[in-house]
Amino acid sequence: MIPAAQPAADHSVLLAAYDVSLGYHGVTVVRGVSLQVRPGEAVGVAGESGSGKSTLARALAGDLAPMHGSVLVNGRVWPKVRRSDPERRSVQMIFQDPYSALNPRMTARQALSETLHVVRGLSRRDAADEAGGMLTRVGLSGAAIDARPGRLSGGQRQRVVIARAIACEPDVLIADEPTSSLDVSIQAQILDLLIDLRTERGLALVLVTHDLAVLGHMTDTCLVMQAGRVVEEGPTEQILAHPQHSYTRALVGAHLGVSAAGSGPPPAQNEHGEA
Amino acid sequence: MTRPSGQRVSPPGSQASELPVAEIQDLAISVAGRQVVTRVDLDIAAGEAVGLVGESGSGKSVTCRSLIGLLDFIGATVTAGQVWIAGRDMTSASQREWQALRGRTVSLVPQASLAGLDPLIQVGAQLREVVRRHDRGTDVSARTLELLDQVQMPDPQRVLRAYPHELSGGMRQRAMIALAIAGRPALLIADEATTALDATIQRSILKLLSSLRTDLGMALLLVSHDLAVIRSATDQVAVMYAGTIVERAASRELFVHPRHPYTAGLAAADPALVPRGKPLRSMVGDPPQPGAWAPGCRFAPRCVYQRPVCEQALPPLIDQGGHAVACVRAAEISL
Repeated sequence: MIPAAQPAADHSVLLAAYDVSLGYHGVTVVRGVSLQVRPGEAVGVAGESGSGKSTLARALAGDLAPMHGSVLVNGRVWPKVRRSDPERRSVQMIFQDPYSALNPRMTARQALSETLHVVRGLSRRDAADEAGGMLTRVGLSGAAIDARPGRLSGGQRQRVVIARAIACEPDVLIADEPTSSLDVSIQAQILDLLIDLRTERGLALVLVTHDLAVLGHMTDTCLVMQAGRVVEEGPTEQILAHPQHSYTRALVGAHLGVSAAGSGPPPAQNEHGEA
Repeated sequence: MTRPSGQRVSPPGSQASELPVAEIQDLAISVAGRQVVTRVDLDIAAGEAVGLVGESGSGKSVTCRSLIGLLDFIGATVTAGQVWIAGRDMTSASQREWQALRGRTVSLVPQASLAGLDPLIQVGAQLREVVRRHDRGTDVSARTLELLDQVQMPDPQRVLRAYPHELSGGMRQRAMIALAIAGRPALLIADEATTALDATIQRSILKLLSSLRTDLGMALLLVSHDLAVIRSATDQVAVMYAGTIVERAASRELFVHPRHPYTAGLAAADPALVPRGKPLRSMVGDPPQPGAWAPGCRFAPRCVYQRPVCEQALPPLIDQGGHAVACVRAAEISL
């Protein structure tokens, strides 16, 4: 699935990493990772804390320059992409904590209008109208549209951030633990919204998550990372059903969901069973 | 496991030989004049593992705190109902009275964090202090090592000399559990005790709590927003929504045959419980803010089965054969 060497421009690939190593202050935290994202595809990056998955996500979004290897967006390496180029907009990223991504003094409508005005060049008036429509589309209603982030729930904030990412009309959305800080009923709303947006817009998704249940529901293919390296990759369904690498097996074994554990009795009935 | 799950050893009011370790009756709690918990009934038999599940703001942590006398510290007060610990009415007990029970009869493991341990004191010294407090005249070093062995701490000699920041998240949580069980409590409350941990560590801490419960004969109250965690380690589950318990049943029964629309909604929205390939069904709307509750059933504004009758009064929790549900339409709807 992943070519060892960097091929000539493959126009079916939106976003690609080739043998990427990443780090901070000279400390390498991701080593030799390659991956490709094609239009409409949902790629998962799974792993536990410190495995390097968020660092990889930042590099894919052009936010972190690789120490080695390259990240290509539409066949161009990130450092060559200028602010005004369409590639700059075509990859958008959302994070676990939407509050830190929003200006506390701007209402949801203002935040989105700003993006529509600056990025899409709409007039202020048109931007405000379009913002209202988009916020309604992502499930924000009534008073929430003109509320500041402090008055919004975690789920509502994440909707605003998603709307703002979508306003840039991206081809790829990178979502780093987008539902980890949300309650179960809200998590499902956000995941459903991401699925709907994928379908409507043919959006490709790179989903970074530690939650194998979310991974299984949302992605077609995935990488499993441990200590900065990819230990297993392939179709998500296959990896969750038949993990090959010992680390992936441990992860899937620790996962408490029905999908992995089957519908047998809960593990509390046999404490000394296999982990 | 001394008895089949799904049965109470001593239903309230009966002449049972064994008292519940903890019992809450018709409890209401307010914080700063705003009610956060209403009409909660819960009892925990000796050795039983009870799960308390609910989303942020549902009142589960406040309910827990009422069982260990920690309401004062967050400015919360009991405005109605009663709290019994090991047969004693602790509803209006003083901190001095609570101190006699805390750690010995009821103990708490909080959410995994650095904050639970003093960062400037070696882990061994923190353990020894607690051991000395609980067991006067005992061999402190031997008991400390015994506790570390009970929580299956790797490399105990190193851990004793280590400062909290030198331990991994999982080891710190094992140390917190060792502190919590030092007084041999009859009830251990684990409030989101595995929440911030990675999946593999979470699983091992859950297994540890389950085996400690069996080995030490403790009851366990496991509080979590994570249905999969609750399902894997408890006999009985109570589901909280907007300050009340909406459903209570045996764990194996609850998630397979939920009878309250909220529980059914949670199960259908949780990727860990929905088989792969089936879509998640999300509930509309957000949970209400504490105190800002709809009249009648508090779930009604988000409920697809809502009818005018739902808005008349807060539905009581009605027990039918060990499966209790607070929904006036429970008998007529099929989930």
